Amino acid sequence: MNQSDSQLILKAENLKQHYHVKQGLFKPDAVVKAVDGISFNLEKGKTLAVVGESGCGKSTLGRMLTMIETPTGGSLAHLGEDLLTLSADAQAKLRQKIQIIFQNPYGSLNPRKKIGAILEEPLVINTKLSKEERKEKALSIMAKVGLKTEHYDRYPHMFSGGQRQRIAIARGLMLDPNVIVADEPVSALDVSVQAQVLNLMMDLQEEFGLSYVFISHDLSVVEHIADDVMVMYLGKVVEQGTREQLFENPKHPYTLALLSSTPQLSPDKRRVRIKLQGELPSPLNPPSGCAFHGRCSYANDRCKSETPLLRLDDQAEQEQGHMIACHAVEEKRIEAIKVGAA
Amino acid sequence: MSLLQLENLSVTFGNFRAVDNISYKVEEGEVLGIVGESGSGKSVSSLSIMGLIDFPGKVSADQLTFDGQDLQAMPEKQRRKLTGSDIAMIFQDPMTSLNPCFTVGYQIMEALKTHQGGSKKELRTRAIELLTQVGIPAPESRLDNYPHQLSGGMSQRVMIAMSIACDPRLLIADEPTTALDVTIQAQIIDLLIELQRKKQMGLVLITHDLALVAEVAHRVIVMYAGQIVESGPASEVFSTPRHPYTQALLASLPESASGKARLEALPGVVPGQYDRPLGCLLSPRCPYATDHCRQVEPANQGDLDRQVKCHTPLDREGRPAA
Repeated sequence: MNQSDSQLILKAENLKQHYHVKQGLFKPDAVVKAVDGISFNLEKGKTLAVVGESGCGKSTLGRMLTMIETPTGGSLAHLGEDLLTLSADAQAKLRQKIQIIFQNPYGSLNPRKKIGAILEEPLVINTKLSKEERKEKALSIMAKVGLKTEHYDRYPHMFSGGQRQRIAIARGLMLDPNVIVADEPVSALDVSVQAQVLNLMMDLQEEFGLSYVFISHDLSVVEHIADDVMVMYLGKVVEQGTREQLFENPKHPYTLALLSSTPQLSPDKRRVRIKLQGELPSPLNPPSGCAFHGRCSYANDRCKSETPLLRLDDQAEQEQGHMIACHAVEEKRIEAIKVGAA
Repeated sequence: MSLLQLENLSVTFGNFRAVDNISYKVEEGEVLGIVGESGSGKSVSSLSIMGLIDFPGKVSADQLTFDGQDLQAMPEKQRRKLTGSDIAMIFQDPMTSLNPCFTVGYQIMEALKTHQGGSKKELRTRAIELLTQVGIPAPESRLDNYPHQLSGGMSQRVMIAMSIACDPRLLIADEPTTALDVTIQAQIIDLLIELQRKKQMGLVLITHDLALVAEVAHRVIVMYAGQIVESGPASEVFSTPRHPYTQALLASLPESASGKARLEALPGVVPGQYDRPLGCLLSPRCPYATDHCRQVEPANQGDLDRQVKCHTPLDREGRPAA
């Protein structure tokens, strides 16, 4: 490994997850391309946000990164080591370094276990620490996430949603991971509690140098926490760039529509509402060409037949690394829509 | 005369006051937003208007009138006629509010039959009309679909069709878009507002999404632990909040924090059944709380147009009055 990419924690290239779905006895299996060719680099201490509507494949991506599911194609490297070609033993070791926090803190904690047992379980499975050492570790992590010592002997039902999410975060931290995949960590929480949990996540990131893959559908949360943003639609990335590029200079019609659909508190931040017709098409039977063409007002014949590739938008210097998959942007048929144009 | 007027409405479950002496009114053609965190009593207060609070819940109010008619005094049968036709409600989760055993056509026609009657053919034509109104493509074939064959946005459109079936004058929408994606949420809200304008309905929009209320509501009510802590015209409440809770809620939104600075989080959580404090309910979480706040419950200041429940309401600069 050379010096320049020593900060690179996670590198995904052309990741794919295709599921086979039985159609019936005599019909061939259909293929659902839940995630279809996703590439990104995640650096130490950075946050990559994955945005999209339900069914776009963002949670599947999270499950692949944590190796809950093995990708059906592509490569995934953690600190330069390819996770997919390693032996099972080595995989298990590396897997400790990538942890996940789930969306619903009411469903992700075992109601029959005390908090102490929940937190220590990863240590019991993966390390040879003694009982005392495990407890010590659990208590120190609990203090870090703002839980009290007396919570060690309580059950999950005795906690509020925000506290449960703190427990889930603490469990994710038990094995000193490098990467935390957070799958909609705050969407089940109220705004005032959401702010507490987001602050905690940012503090922990600073303290431990964690990298986050932050999966969310809430663009205002993403704008606050992300360094890089990836917008997904039906298993594909339609736009990818830094937070500034995405939020100040969005290009893809789908990103524009998402941004304009998000309600804004202050009147001067509101955008012209772009009305999207219809809903996300079925991934079993995706449209030909650009998957978005059925809902896009810029679609023409080329969009219907030819799938656009994710390509660099090479206009200006501050636009470096901004990638868009759209024929209309490429052909300059879309004028940029500025903030506050309403 | 206001379309809906309530005064000192309370809902109690045993010793627990889920809704604590709230008063508000809704005018014809007005969009009223009710915001608050979970457990603040938004849903329970609207269920009590619909008469859907069952034993052991108890509803009491000094006044609860719809278009001048006293909802508490009228016989049960008459009230049942009002709810569903003149006052309608849309619930949060469209997937569970529709009966999975019947086609959506049957369920829409059931509502029509109960309140208006008519032959089967008439009902069917009317149901198709309604589905067209809420923007469902190919309504004739959709009528024979079961709820599981529809997506979340589509189901919510069916729910809306059902609620506007009898041309209600007041529509209560309880978190109508919480379970939906943002682009679908935008479609549904646009539809609701369009229908509300066309029919000049009163619309009560209950949500925890402050930004959504800021965009569509004329007036807004902020609830906390069963009480109304602040109410007023939406633009005023959001630009110059007078209650510390409203101020804190607005500050805790990610969009209020520019750059990567920390969010202004309000410490603690909404008090539950057993940990309600004395005095002002916000006092344990409020940055401005004094000993007076911890002992004495504040009274409502101002009239129904601009109300705040605080001993030291905030001034224009967002600081508590001396």
